[in-house]
Amino acid sequence: MSRRQREEERVRGIFGRRALLLGAGQMGLLGFLAHRLHRLQITEGERYATLAEENRLSARLLAPPRGRVLDRNGHIIAGNQLNWRALLTAEQTTDVGATLETFGRIVPLTEAERARIERDVRRRRRFVPVTVRDFLTWEEMARIELNAPDLPGISVDVGTTRIYPEADHLAHIVGYVAPPAERDMDGDPLLELPGIRVGRSGIERHHDLALRGRAGAVQMEVNAVGRIIRELDRREGVQGQDVQLSVDSGLTKTLRGKIEEGTSVVLMDARNGEVLAMATQPSFDPNLFNSGVSNAQWREWTRNRATPLINKATNGLYAPGSTFKMVVALAGLEARVVTPGERIFCPGHMDLGESRFHCWNRGGHGAMDMRAALKYSCDVYFYELAKRLGIDRIAAMGRRFGLGVPLDIELPGIRNGLMPTREWRQAQGRSWALGDTVVHGIGQGFYQLTPLQLATMTARLATGRAVQPHLTRSIGGRPVRGTRAEDWPSLGIPERDLRLVREAMWAVVNEQGGTARIARLPNELGAMAGKTGTTQVRRVTREQRERGYRVDQVPREWRPHALFVAFAPHDNPVFAVSVIVEHGSSGSAAAAPLARDVLIEAFQQLRPGPGGAFGARVAAATRPAGGGRP
Amino acid sequence: MRFERRLLLRERGTGVLEKLWQIPWIFVLLLCAVGGVGYVALYSAGGGGPEPYAQRHAIRFGFGLVLMLSIALVDIRLIARYAWVGYAGGIGLLVMVALHGQVGGGAQRWLDLGGFQLQPSELMKILLVVALAAWFQKASWERMGNPIFLIPPILAVLLPAALILKQPNLGTALITLMVGGAVFFAAGVRLWKFALVLGAAAVAAPIAYENLRDYQRARITTFLDPESDPLGAGYNIIQSKIALGSGGFWGKGFLQGTQGHLNFLPEKQTDFIFTMLAEEFGLVGALSVLGLLACVIAFGFLVALRSRHQFGRLLAVGLATNFFMYVFVNIAMVTGAIPVGGVPLPLISHGGSAMLTAMVGFGLLMSAHVHRDAEMGPTRDEQ
Repeated sequence: MSRRQREEERVRGIFGRRALLLGAGQMGLLGFLAHRLHRLQITEGERYATLAEENRLSARLLAPPRGRVLDRNGHIIAGNQLNWRALLTAEQTTDVGATLETFGRIVPLTEAERARIERDVRRRRRFVPVTVRDFLTWEEMARIELNAPDLPGISVDVGTTRIYPEADHLAHIVGYVAPPAERDMDGDPLLELPGIRVGRSGIERHHDLALRGRAGAVQMEVNAVGRIIRELDRREGVQGQDVQLSVDSGLTKTLRGKIEEGTSVVLMDARNGEVLAMATQPSFDPNLFNSGVSNAQWREWTRNRATPLINKATNGLYAPGSTFKMVVALAGLEARVVTPGERIFCPGHMDLGESRFHCWNRGGHGAMDMRAALKYSCDVYFYELAKRLGIDRIAAMGRRFGLGVPLDIELPGIRNGLMPTREWRQAQGRSWALGDTVVHGIGQGFYQLTPLQLATMTARLATGRAVQPHLTRSIGGRPVRGTRAEDWPSLGIPERDLRLVREAMWAVVNEQGGTARIARLPNELGAMAGKTGTTQVRRVTREQRERGYRVDQVPREWRPHALFVAFAPHDNPVFAVSVIVEHGSSGSAAAAPLARDVLIEAFQQLRPGPGGAFGARVAAATRPAGGGRP
Repeated sequence: MRFERRLLLRERGTGVLEKLWQIPWIFVLLLCAVGGVGYVALYSAGGGGPEPYAQRHAIRFGFGLVLMLSIALVDIRLIARYAWVGYAGGIGLLVMVALHGQVGGGAQRWLDLGGFQLQPSELMKILLVVALAAWFQKASWERMGNPIFLIPPILAVLLPAALILKQPNLGTALITLMVGGAVFFAAGVRLWKFALVLGAAAVAAPIAYENLRDYQRARITTFLDPESDPLGAGYNIIQSKIALGSGGFWGKGFLQGTQGHLNFLPEKQTDFIFTMLAEEFGLVGALSVLGLLACVIAFGFLVALRSRHQFGRLLAVGLATNFFMYVFVNIAMVTGAIPVGGVPLPLISHGGSAMLTAMVGFGLLMSAHVHRDAEMGPTRDEQ
């Protein structure tokens, strides 16, 4: 072997070893890749498969139209209206701030709006569109569309918005809707959708779930930029159900035209507790809540001493005054501390220890039996009765008439009022004095009752049954409660006692000398039975009395409240009404005539009795949900 | 006499028919299989159709095959003789690209040759391997131990690496260094010298990191923690891993890959083509492709071991290593094992330049095979 050959063999040998080393190393690295593939695709395969599905699938919710709120005749109280709006989808833009900046140059946005939008963007998932601006005009829409290339993530969309055709007339009943707040997020995915509203008060809130419906969903395959490739699955939502109320919107409107600020009228169907009208002044326009109430508007509402946002018929608290005397009378009869025929002498006042309690008639009524005492509203008679009964028995009877207890009406946040008792007074750290009992016999004192409770009391007097006031006739076409008096349990008060009280109430209006004689109904409508009430809001001092106190000479806010409760027709009650005129001075002069006008309107517009459609319109008036105008 | 004649023919390397007979057709078939995998992958990447990728891929592959076979017939001695001319040409192209190149992805890498985009750095690695093989082919063991002898080839590696780094293309520059190093290693450079260089590199790495471009640093940090920026630099690697992993054992089926078809997978027709395959054909498909590519590399080593001259051996090892580097870096990149860098998967990814250079490389490898018994002349020490 030559030297050259040996040298070549040597080089070749080294090369062979090193090439094998290199090759083995490379194969080893390829083996590492194979191992890595195995780990990704088998060991962690499931995790990555899930991630790939999450990438691919996107669920979009479909908002069902919100159910409408109708009055008893099928008129729309709360409906839906088309609304053009601009939406922003965060995942379709790289810079939300820049997009809003550009948008603001086209359609000006206030600082507050921007803050709200940015908050919504943070709160919602990135593919959920957020409302930038509602109620776009045609001009704004055109400008947005024209500048679309500069507005990544912005889209214009037609949605629906709530509309209340009756504006402020039924605002306290129907309530209003507003965009859901953090605390409203109850897990219903529907609430994440742009433009969705939840009921904030009244019927809108009470029946929110029925009105809202259930969200439908579409599952879609989306690509990396969120564009929809195809629809994989679709689940239709459930439309919001229409809610039909017992109120008559036309009647309510008429009544509101007749009343002044601070007045509440509640008209019920005495037989079944349906609220036919609930009119208060002042009120507010629930449409304003749709686009967000301005600070100025909100200030005006909340600083207004007449409290337009508060429903006085359910949340205004008043002493019942003489309208409470029927309850005291019935308590007396039931406790057998008095008989209908027993006469109690009224000298114009009653002395108790060193205190003297005056009758409204300073001259005295003379000897009064129960019927006369109610007819003339004799205070001394009821002072005496209260003294015999004690406050607790009076309160117990009051509660049976729905006074000072929760009422089962579909209005959230209403007041329960207060029916004072000895125990209640003691809980305040005070003791109950006999003088307190006497005053409470004529409906003055610590009572805090609402006009709705007084109307309920009247309906129960008229029927002898524990009717509950309510507003809902049907949901989605299905009646919710019985419309007959027999559906309500009896109060357990002997018919004889009730008849006596009703008879006395008839006398109040229809007999010579009755306190509400001025307010009797036209003959063709039959007779109503009622009771006046006048409650002091300030104590009248002795000096004032001696100087000759005249109600019309004191400032209006010092004048007494005027009350009247009535049912009609007296022999076959259909309507029960309560009227409170704040600072109206006199139940006879201010409240009773108004109650008469209310009943005349009720008879004319609702036409009760044989042949009339009143009470039998549930089926006819309810159309299928969503079938009407948007 | 007939035996003599055959020897003579082989010596001169003039018999075209004889050479064609010598071409390793099994290997050609293997390459066709890899190219076919590319067609299938690009058919899917094109949204389920031959346009816009698969058709062009097939045409390029056919063109590449002709080019490869042509180079296979070129006498290896000719290649060895003009190795440095080729090397100089490659450097010239790199300089041209630095001066007039097309900017793509923040780097000057492409040379527009009248409608055809050439990436000279790809070609350079092959030309470098040829030049190094030519330099070392006749060196004896003693000579390999002489540091002076190693200085020219070291410079020959560093010059193109520096030019490529300047583009900037860190990934390819590193691959160039490693391919060069592989040839040095195979040629018999003393092991302690490698240890010295590696040690120096370890010391220099932090300093080098300081001088990296922002996007290069971002790649490294993203690699270390891809979740740190899931919608930015880490997006590609996360989506690639999701695509791979969700493929599972059998895959989602041809054209059924959701990550690829819904565009979650970036650059699925180029750098991430392997991910596309692995998503649709699962571990089975991924390992099959990996196996095919391993066979290609193994063939390179086989050619090296069977060559009777050092030039052929070094050439084959260098080319095989170059191909291996592509495969390893690409797949390691899409599986999230190393930082992302624009390295395609040769013969499978969409792209003319990568296909061309790969085929030139295989042509040279085949030439080394066809001319494995060629008489290369006297050794350097004997001259």
